[in-house]
Amino acid sequence: MPTYRPGPVSLVLALLVALFLLLPLLAVVPVSLTPSRMLTMPSGELSLRHYRSLIEDPRWLDSILLSIRIGVVSSALSTVLALTFSLGVWMFQPRFTAALVGFVLLPMVVPPVVSAVTLYFLLTSVSGISTFFGYDTWLGVAMAHSVMTVPFATVLILVSLSQLDRRIDLAARGLGASVWERATRIIMPNIKFGIVTAALLSFVLSWEEIGVTLFITSVNAITLPRLMWMGLRDNIDPAIAALSVILIIVTVLVLAVRSVITRRQTAP
Amino acid sequence: MRGTLSDRMGAALLMAPLLLFLVLAYAWPFLGVVKWSFTLPRPGLGQYGALVSDPLVQSVFVRTLRIAAIVTLVSVTAAYAITVVWVRGSPVQRVLAEFCILVPFWISVLTRAFGWVALLSNRGLINTWLQSIGFISEPLTLVRNEFGVVVGMTHFLIPFAVFPLASAMRSLDERVLLAARGLGSSRMRTFWTVFVPMTRSGIIGAAMIVFVFSLGFFVTPAILGGGRSVMIAELIYLRIFQSPDWGLGAAISVVLVVFVGALMALLFRSVKPKQLV
Repeated sequence: MPTYRPGPVSLVLALLVALFLLLPLLAVVPVSLTPSRMLTMPSGELSLRHYRSLIEDPRWLDSILLSIRIGVVSSALSTVLALTFSLGVWMFQPRFTAALVGFVLLPMVVPPVVSAVTLYFLLTSVSGISTFFGYDTWLGVAMAHSVMTVPFATVLILVSLSQLDRRIDLAARGLGASVWERATRIIMPNIKFGIVTAALLSFVLSWEEIGVTLFITSVNAITLPRLMWMGLRDNIDPAIAALSVILIIVTVLVLAVRSVITRRQTAP
Repeated sequence: MRGTLSDRMGAALLMAPLLLFLVLAYAWPFLGVVKWSFTLPRPGLGQYGALVSDPLVQSVFVRTLRIAAIVTLVSVTAAYAITVVWVRGSPVQRVLAEFCILVPFWISVLTRAFGWVALLSNRGLINTWLQSIGFISEPLTLVRNEFGVVVGMTHFLIPFAVFPLASAMRSLDERVLLAARGLGSSRMRTFWTVFVPMTRSGIIGAAMIVFVFSLGFFVTPAILGGGRSVMIAELIYLRIFQSPDWGLGAAISVVLVVFVGALMALLFRSVKPKQLV
């Protein structure tokens, strides 16, 4: 059977775009090996000193630990909230569902800088009431990240619910299962892949979040992206290049593992 | 349906936590921002008047629209080129294209902006290389200007444009293309008169997503623009943190939301939402 394949012109154009997409990721590798304290190309000798400074400089380690803590808490919060909401939507199909889902998706659609100003307003207002929870605290950042990630978690869980066969829930209900039993013993086991994906995506989004974080932190809650930002804006520290190389390698590995797993699942 | 009353109760109980959370942590503070825009520093419409009369704010608005338009054009075109191969290429081409799209997509915006700094700065890869082969004697200024901003934003937004284009290309019936080729139409002609028009909804969706994203973009312009080509989002940041003028920052935010909302409404009137995903 004949198939419609891209011609040589398409292939050349796509190759140029592919190069453009990969170029800046490759460019950080030589910079990370420079022996100089400045952002320069290494001329001749290579050095791993910037990788060492990632381990030895406590600022990097502290911010990595802080980012992990914030990511775990905010991902747990947004997954639980998204899950209960989506179960309500799926099990009861209440009126105004479209409007309510639309409201939940707002933080994903509104320009991030406006969300940042909004969360800045929230956290500075709360700071007056509680020093624990307000501006420039890790709990405040975790909560703000939850606001930003909860629409993504909700979309993922709603999508996996939409692929679930309603009849198994109806059967459970007909056999007298309560709402709680239907949710925890029938529905959730069937969408556990969606729930885990939602939690992971929320964590990754929080781990990388910078646009909102810049507005709601100053000196105490320095997450990893915030520390990178400071290094990028003032004088460019090649340690950022070393860190970037590590993050790129991790990303490539995770994507490779994921594609192997999905290939195994589709071709048993 | 059985037990409608308890059904309604159950739905309310399950949906309440998230709705309550977002009302308290998002809707209410947004109204607070709107209030700022009317009350700081003085109650009244002064901030909105300043938006219209202040030449600095105006030049930032014009620059933002111009950069967003250029970035939309370039990134949708580039995304189209790679999506064609991702969707219609041979199996090996598909895997390679997917790799080139997804790896940058999952890498943080800071790392990607930093990669461009490493490439484009005065002592970066491109200038070092051009000087070493003697092509130029003085480094070219490639960042801290609009060029750097456009390059960085295009790089960031190409993957976002790919997804709606890919879904439009996947839903396209291949037999139509083969029929056109079989009737003697050339590759180019089939592409321009059959393929492109049939992916129109994907193009509109991609352009809209990229344009809306570019309007509110903060990190990449701030790093690659180096404070010289300020866009709206950075202006809001500067107004709130550097020259404390919360009222003006809030007013710009409100205008941005209204503008984006109007654009989205236009999009949903011209394309049915289902065609986008």
